[in-house]
Amino acid sequence: MRVTIRLFARLRDIAGATELTREAPPGATVASVWRDLVSEFPELGKYERSMSSAVNTDYARMDQGVGDGDEVAFLPPVSGG
Amino acid sequence: MSVPFLSIGPSVLAIEPLLAAVVERLGSLAGSDGAVTSFLGLVRNHNLGRGVRYLEYEAYEPLALKSFERISAEVAARWPGVNLALHHRIGRLEIGEASVAIAAASAHRGDAFAACRYAIERVKQIAPIWKHEFFEGGDVWIEGATANPDDETARATAERVACA
Repeated sequence: MRVTIRLFARLRDIAGATELTREAPPGATVASVWRDLVSEFPELGKYERSMSSAVNTDYARMDQGVGDGDEVAFLPPVSGG
Repeated sequence: MSVPFLSIGPSVLAIEPLLAAVVERLGSLAGSDGAVTSFLGLVRNHNLGRGVRYLEYEAYEPLALKSFERISAEVAARWPGVNLALHHRIGRLEIGEASVAIAAASAHRGDAFAACRYAIERVKQIAPIWKHEFFEGGDVWIEGATANPDDETARATAERVACA
């Protein structure tokens, strides 16, 4: 199945893309999508403990499952206001 | 002028439409407010000893709007009767321009002040928005809080600050 990955701020700069489409195996989770992304862009790894994630524009935990066509977003620490 | 209570986008912010939106003027609640408070966040010309030239704000817009809805619901639960409006700007902002505008109206000033302060604290905690700071000699992404809406400790901190 295919998932759309959205990246923001510094994470986007590191990966060099706002949006990526990647294959994910059945049973994939937010965490497994993240691990695959870090293999591709090792510098993202330093955000392992500080980033947040979302699935289909709702905050999600790392153990949440993802399905075909889902939009998975990874968010560095926020700084609005 | 009628404006949405919650919004995020590139438009220049003005506080007056928010003040007008939150004060009850129609229906059975017309005239029931005794206080309206506001907060405007401005782009500052200095940060951590750096001379700031301008900021670029980026957001995950649909989730940012949902975060504002959550903040509004939290305010309604904690301070019943408070009307809240919250607008955040994104894109390039020059020094002195407003990045965020908040208004809160209530029967009494205490709740209006507290709700306004709470809302900005929660924006900084859970809204997926980022500042890209362009300063004299370089640029840097500002990274603050790890966003977790379910972190009750963070929420309680915002409430404590709001009620101090």
